[in-house]
Amino acid sequence: MNRRVEMRVLDPEIRIKSFQEVALGYLPDEAKLEAERCLECKNALCIKGCPVGIDIPSFIKQIKEGNLKEAYKIITKQNKFPGICGRVCPQETQCESKCIRGKKGEPIAIGRLERFVSDNVEIDEEELPTIQYEKVAIIGSGPAGLACSGELAKLGYEVHMFEALHVAGGVLTYGIPEFRLPKRIVKKEIDLLEKMGVQIHLNTIIGKTKTISDLFNEGFKAIFIGTGAGLPKFMGIPGENLNGVYSANEFLTRLNLMKAYNEEYDTPIRKMKRVIVVGGGNVAMDAARCAKRLNVEDVTIVYRRSEKEMPARLEEIHNAKEEGINFSFLTNPIRIIADENFNVKEVECIRMELVDTGNGRAKPVEVPNSNFFLPADTVIMAIGNHPNPLISSTTQDLKVNDHGCFIVDDNLMTSMENVYAGGDAVTGAATVILAFSAGKKAALSIHKKLRGINE
Amino acid sequence: MYQILKKQKLNPFVTLMEVKAKDVAKNAKPGQFIILRVDEKGERIPLTIADTDIERESVTIIYQIVGLTTKKLDKLNEGDYLLDFVGPLGKPTDISLLKDVLVIGGGVGSAICLPVVKALKLQGSKVDVILGFRSMDLVILEDEFLKYSNNLLIVTNDGSYGKKGLVTDYLSLYLDKKKYDQVFTVGPLIMMKSVCEITKKYGQKTIVSMNPIMIDGTGMCGGCRITVGNEFKFACVDGPDFDGHLVDFDEAIYRNKMYQEIEREKDCRLLKNE
Repeated sequence: MNRRVEMRVLDPEIRIKSFQEVALGYLPDEAKLEAERCLECKNALCIKGCPVGIDIPSFIKQIKEGNLKEAYKIITKQNKFPGICGRVCPQETQCESKCIRGKKGEPIAIGRLERFVSDNVEIDEEELPTIQYEKVAIIGSGPAGLACSGELAKLGYEVHMFEALHVAGGVLTYGIPEFRLPKRIVKKEIDLLEKMGVQIHLNTIIGKTKTISDLFNEGFKAIFIGTGAGLPKFMGIPGENLNGVYSANEFLTRLNLMKAYNEEYDTPIRKMKRVIVVGGGNVAMDAARCAKRLNVEDVTIVYRRSEKEMPARLEEIHNAKEEGINFSFLTNPIRIIADENFNVKEVECIRMELVDTGNGRAKPVEVPNSNFFLPADTVIMAIGNHPNPLISSTTQDLKVNDHGCFIVDDNLMTSMENVYAGGDAVTGAATVILAFSAGKKAALSIHKKLRGINE
Repeated sequence: MYQILKKQKLNPFVTLMEVKAKDVAKNAKPGQFIILRVDEKGERIPLTIADTDIERESVTIIYQIVGLTTKKLDKLNEGDYLLDFVGPLGKPTDISLLKDVLVIGGGVGSAICLPVVKALKLQGSKVDVILGFRSMDLVILEDEFLKYSNNLLIVTNDGSYGKKGLVTDYLSLYLDKKKYDQVFTVGPLIMMKSVCEITKKYGQKTIVSMNPIMIDGTGMCGGCRITVGNEFKFACVDGPDFDGHLVDFDEAIYRNKMYQEIEREKDCRLLKNE
């Protein structure tokens, strides 16, 4: 009972030849067996570890009893998107990190069970909400926008969601690869919103195609900004503009959104033999694993701290290793060197060591004279993103902080009356679940404000 | 879906297309661009807005057939639909304080100059224009430029129309006579580079419009980054207009060739499928 039930995955040899989903999920028997491990603690710490406070022991209990509809109901009270969160949440630092089973063995596989419920439940046709209230605009169709739209539609608002790209879903669509989050899962959630009456306007960039004040003039009574953190950071080292240096955003967008891996699509991607990915988060893992699937022999993740400090999900690090991705820890690029045609030829790196500064996370510092060269034809920068300034720069009254993040009050209202914001656009790059939670919270604030409900 | 209201060949390689896109038309200003996608498997390409008509709720683009996407685009006709059409993107060209401007266009880049020339004329500024083309059959928009400029010089490389040579052969004649508030130039990168080298000698402020490879046009991919005065800029959101004396053209020329080889292969496939 100390070990969790293994989840079936595609064989590494097979999966690096396709973009098919790697994790295959539990079968009903496996899920039941894993659920049986749950001790149903009275004072369940896992709930405290969940950013949205899902009643985890209760939904697991329903799995034990074979009652998936009830399990689904319990989860979706707090989180409408278990199929997505079960796949992308960093459970090992959230709910699972608090599980009492984890003290002497492996914690309950809460994420896998959450996903199992979502993938296997047959949802009853819910009564569709009727529109009885004002028009509300949602800017951005990523996690925060999806959650906000769903909640407001359910409450009876006329919801219009605006998306800059030609497909809805935000980072779930352009960023997270098919093999980790199949696009059919995202599409299912978006279809459901449309069924609930949410109108999606693609190819519409608020701040450009229309402004915030245009929206108010069109009769929208409240606006939610869920534009995420989509502006890629670069390191500021020499050679970053060479041909062959991508931001992870560009690399992933070419593949996930534009399907450059499929010959039939027009969007090109470089021909690569040696790829270096800089960073240690999920985005770095995604980029490296995408590169591997393009038949690249040598993919190396370069990270300035050690393995222990990597912010990526454990499962993704494990998957990346299985797929033959190399890791160079305590390493930082300092210069990218060109061949005679302006293409990347190699990367000069330096060794790092971790110094305890006494205030939490160890700080990486350069080891003098430890420079070395890694050959590469492609370098992918996966070192984080800033919020996009398109809206803040075209809306004078909207206040942002030094990082470009919207400043909001406790109800997630910005410096502009009836304009709300949430998710990465407020916090800077964070997790999908926190954005879902912020979107939902903003929806409830909007409802209270427009209906004049005081606490 | 965005309907094509009008299609007109301006020369054997350059086509004008008027597309119905109400919201883009309403907010577009000279110097801004759109991104379009022809079909489900198509890539996203940026094209500068050549004109807008608020009553017809339309945006006019002018493109040269250079690669796979423009080839596909050119197969569509009046009444057909484009799958995606988004904008207006980028910052508008800043013309507010300009009274006396020299505009230099090269090839299809001339089309990008036209809305700027028109806007300058409408605000009462003086505009001299030099346009360069390879030969007479490639000359475009001559009537429009005659209408909106104070003085138009057309130069062809082979001398088959107007003056013979390159726009840069005649630039000094203008700059020797007077100092303009600004030179604005759009054309092939190598032409803009040469123009800037000359204007720099004269200390003549020069703005160029860059058109690098990009995907989203909102600052998300970072593919359009260029070096301007040792600073890192995204052409899509920081531009597309930049101080021509600070732009690293050699880098931009290399970056524009990034996918040339792959493009050629995809091109061959398109031909094979036909």
